[in-house]
Parts: sequence; C-alpha cells; structure tokens
Amino acid sequence: MTTAINGRHIPDRLTSPAARALKSWEGLLLVVAVAIFILNALASPYFLDPWNLSDASFNFTEKAMIAFAMAMLIVAGEIDLSVGAIIALVSTVMGLAMTLGTPTPVLVLLGLGTGLLCGAFNGLLVAGFGLPSIVVTIGTMSLFRGISYIVLGDGAFTGYPESFAWFGQGYVFWVITVELVIFALAALVFGVLLHRTSLGRMVYAIGNNATAARFSGIRVERVRFILFLLTGLMSGIAAICLTSRLGSTRPSIAAGFELEVVTIVVLGGVSILGGSGSVLGVVLAALVMGLVTFGLGLLNVPGIVMSIVTGALLIAVIAIPRLWAMARRR
Amino acid sequence: MSMLKSRETILALAILALLAAIASRFPGFVSPGNLARVLTDTSPLILLALGQMTVILTKCIDLSVAANLALCGMVAALMNGAGVPLPLILLAVILLGAALGAVNGLLVWKLGIPSIVVTLGTMTIYRGSIFLMTGGAWINAHQMSDAFKAFPRTVVLGLPVMAWIGLAGVAAMALVLTRTPLGRAFHAVGGNPHAAVYTGLSVGRTQCAAFVLSGALAGLTGYLWVARYAVAYVDIAAGFELDVVAACVIGGIAIAGGAGSVAGAVMGALFLGIIKNALPVVGISPFWQMAISGSAILVAIAFNAASQREPGRIILKQAEHRT
Repeated sequence: MTTAINGRHIPDRLTSPAARALKSWEGLLLVVAVAIFILNALASPYFLDPWNLSDASFNFTEKAMIAFAMAMLIVAGEIDLSVGAIIALVSTVMGLAMTLGTPTPVLVLLGLGTGLLCGAFNGLLVAGFGLPSIVVTIGTMSLFRGISYIVLGDGAFTGYPESFAWFGQGYVFWVITVELVIFALAALVFGVLLHRTSLGRMVYAIGNNATAARFSGIRVERVRFILFLLTGLMSGIAAICLTSRLGSTRPSIAAGFELEVVTIVVLGGVSILGGSGSVLGVVLAALVMGLVTFGLGLLNVPGIVMSIVTGALLIAVIAIPRLWAMARRR
Repeated sequence: MSMLKSRETILALAILALLAAIASRFPGFVSPGNLARVLTDTSPLILLALGQMTVILTKCIDLSVAANLALCGMVAALMNGAGVPLPLILLAVILLGAALGAVNGLLVWKLGIPSIVVTLGTMTIYRGSIFLMTGGAWINAHQMSDAFKAFPRTVVLGLPVMAWIGLAGVAAMALVLTRTPLGRAFHAVGGNPHAAVYTGLSVGRTQCAAFVLSGALAGLTGYLWVARYAVAYVDIAAGFELDVVAACVIGGIAIAGGAGSVAGAVMGALFLGIIKNALPVVGISPFWQMAISGSAILVAIAFNAASQREPGRIILKQAEHRT
C-alpha cells in the first residue's frame, strides 16, 4: 500500500528493521569484516591463534580511539589533520618529563593535559577566530610536530619506567589487552555521547546546517571547541598507549596517522561533508582496517604497500556508492 | 582589489624586513650571489606553489603534489638509467605529472569527491607506487648520466637553468591567470561556483584543469629535484606538500577559493625559502624549520581572515553574543 503525496509515493510502512539493518552501511561493513576474517583464517594457519589476534588489535586500537572523536568532528563538518602531530608532541612532553624522573601517574596526567591543550589550541583558532579547520590543522600539524623536532632533533627518548609499559603492553585478562579495553570503553562513551545526548544532537544539527543550528539556539562555536578538545584528549590517550607500546619517542612517531584515522572514519560511513554517520560504523571500520592490515602482514606485504591499500580504500569507499548511484540513474 | 594589493605590499615589506634583519648581522646573506642561490633553491617550492594556487583558487586542495613529484622524479631517474635522451624525459615527466593530476581532477569532477579526501588517498598511492616500481631501492648519483644531472645547474646569463625554469613558470602562470579565459575561469569558479555555472562555466572541468596544471608542474619539478640532489628514492620531498600549502596561505591565497595572485604565491614561497636558507647562516638548528613554517601558516591565515571578514558575518556574531 502506498499513498501519493505531491506525486511522491509514501509507503504505509517502512521495511522491517532487520531488512534495513542489512541494507545499511553498518550491515555491509559487518559482512565485509566477517568475510575478511574468514579469508584470513583460510589464507594463514597462524591467524586464528588468540594471541596473534590480540597482537593484531594494536593495528587499529590507537587509531580507532582518535577516530571516534574525529567522527564527531567530521559529522559536525570540521576536520583535524593534526592528530598525528599531537601524538608526537604529547609523546615528546612525556619523554622530557620522564628524563627528569617523573613518576608514571604524573606522566599520564601530563600526556592527557598536553593533548587537551593542543585540542584547545586548534579549537580556539577554529571556533574562536572562525578560521577554516583544514588550514588551521595543517598549520598546527607542522607546529606541533615541529616542536617535537626542536626538542628531539634526530634523537630519541628511551627508558620509560616499567610501570608505564602497562598501557601499551599490559593485559587486563587473558588475551584482552589494556588498549583493547580502552578502545571498547571509548566506543561506548562516544556511542552514548553522539547518539544519546543533546551534544550529539547538536553535532548533527551543526553538520547539516550550521546557520540553522545557530538560529535554533545552539552555541555552534562552543560545540566546535568541545569537539576539538575531545579530539585532542583522545590523541593524548592514543599517544600514551603508543609511547608505552613502543617504549620510545621519536619526532617521527605516528607519522601519517591522520590519513588512517580519516580513512577509518570515512570507511565507517561518516559523510566527509558532515551531518551523518554513526559510532557503530566507525567501530566496524576499525575492525575491517585492522583485519586487512593484519592479513596483509601475515602475507608479508610491506608497510608502504599497505598504505597504498589504505589510500585506495579511502577513495574507493566514497567513489563506489557514487558510481553505483550514477549507474542506477542511467 | 586595493585590499589584495595592500596584502601583497605587506608581504613584500615583511620579506624586506626579514632580509634586512638577517643582513644586519650577516651581510653576506644579501649578496647577489647568495640571493641567486636562495632563488634557485626555492624554485621547486615556487613552481609547486603556482600549481597549488590554481587548485586552491577553485576551492580545492592538492595534498598529493609532493608524492607526484617523487614519483615523476623516480620515473625520470629510471628513464635516464634506460638511456632515454633528456628532452624525452622532460616531456614524459610533465605528461606523467599531468596524468596523475588528471586522476585527482577526474575523481573530483566526475564523482564529486571532496579534493582533500581524493588527494589524501592518492598521496599514499603515488608514493607507494614508487616502492612498487623500485622495491625501495635508491638511484644514486653514479647511476645518473652527467647530462641528466648537469641540466638544472647549467648557468645561463648568471643564473642556473633551475632558477630560469622557476622564473619562466612564474611568467607563464601570470599570463595564464590574468590574460586567458582559463585563468578567469579559475577565479570565477572559486569565487562563486553557482554564478560560474550560470555564466556557462563547468565548475568540475575547471577544477580538473587546475589539478592537471598542478600535476604537470609537480612532474617537471620531480625531474629538477632528482637531478639537482642527484638521488631518487621513495621518500624524497616527503611532507613537502605542507610547505607548498604554507607558501600559498602565507601568500594570501584565500583557502575558500576565488582570491589570490601569482605575486602572492611567489612571495609566500620566497618567504619560506629565505627562512630555510637563513636558519643555518644565523646558527639555528634546521629542526626549527617545521615549527616556523607551521607558525607562519597560522599567522598568515589569521591575518588573511581578519582582512577578509565580511561585515554581514560580524553583525550576526554580535547579535549572537548579546543573547
């Protein structure tokens, strides 16, 4: 049964929730993730080992933590290309403090604080001065990593305290790593934040039409500032995990992270133009990316070739639905 | 227009002040010979900034230029190894660069994908392709023919060919942008895409043309880079795209499109080039370079935004603050 309104047919009932879920981007991602999982299991006998899988999770946990915050930022129509540079700066600050004999809890607080400060700096420039986020974060990307280079030159900080290693190398229970737990918690927090709070609603409103959002009483600039703050904080957390896992800080740490984080977000079905996307999609996209990288790693594919796959994936994910739509219009 | 002019005047004054400050301690830096060296050294940045400027004029951004440069440079070195004569190599890298730019342009034009996503992706694909071609091997000076290495350094009328190519690029782009329909189209498409459509311009096609131009310049620069430094490997010019964008932003090219001039882009590039060359002279570690160009970008965009702010937006903001 359909009713015609203004020449458009409106169905009486929507399709069933199960059918919609299958057709949705998230459903597709789930199918892809399972398919890659099975392919990997068939391709390599070492894949299904729980310890290998646990090791493989490091491929995506740190990037995904940032991806959740980046997803909110992109839904709101902004972008932050400085996340990799924030990691470098946070790691450098922690390294500098470490050489002065700072205990682990203070190192962590310093890391979180530096991340927040970097985010606040981006947020101030974008929300406070109304500058475009792409150029601002290209600028701060040079600035933050540049400061790391000034401090470190071609040197490195090594010799983090043993207790600091827990974040990147510790296990909470059996094969469940600390990073995996942080990843799951972050997914939960950001899922609630984006989909169940008024802040999340505001983010969608701003992403769809910032002017309309402003006229409906949303403090657009404040929300934008908060989003940059969140991205800085998550980059800080990721920096703690990454530094702890590597056990050293070089100024080139986390180079190119911004590309992979943006790829995860876009692969997760978040529109790069803002206004739509879900945290569930980002979680699934992170799993897909992690599985692809791990699978390629098992096949001895070098890292730079994996980066080609990442780049191609980023373009293909956006191009294929558009090509599909073009083909259907004909 | 007068505002545009004044912004470029300010930048010119800033460059002169910078030179004067350096000269007060190190007079040797402003000797004609050294300034020529700075110009030669900055030529790649100038050429890429000219291409990037046209892309930014059309409301896009090209983050793949450095990867494009590296790929074309590697192809030039490989062709040289295969014994291909220099003019053919030059033609090939320009065409290859243009083709790589066309890939970006077509994805933006035909599929409507935002340019930042397209070029973030092609950036890794192009650079990764170098690894696929060479397996990560380096091509060193002794594997290149003398003619191949000598061409950019050959001194003609007191300046190396590399500097002359940079200057020729500036002249050609100035001509294209101010004296041809294409140049007019770049400005129109970026200034107001909807109005451009009503005047019969294809927004996508113009953007694609800008990417092709940017790619061709990157291809040419790829050869110059590899020949001058006499080495080709996967990571040459890594991160150079940021310097190129920085040069444009410092040169007052509006990131929102439609406004900018060749003089601005060239001076933006020269500003960064002078800083880069002056750091070792003044005795500051070259590791400061990255942070300085980052700060320069931020200062420049803040400055540009302050001079571009439309009165309408300010009224809205005041109204907003009152509530």
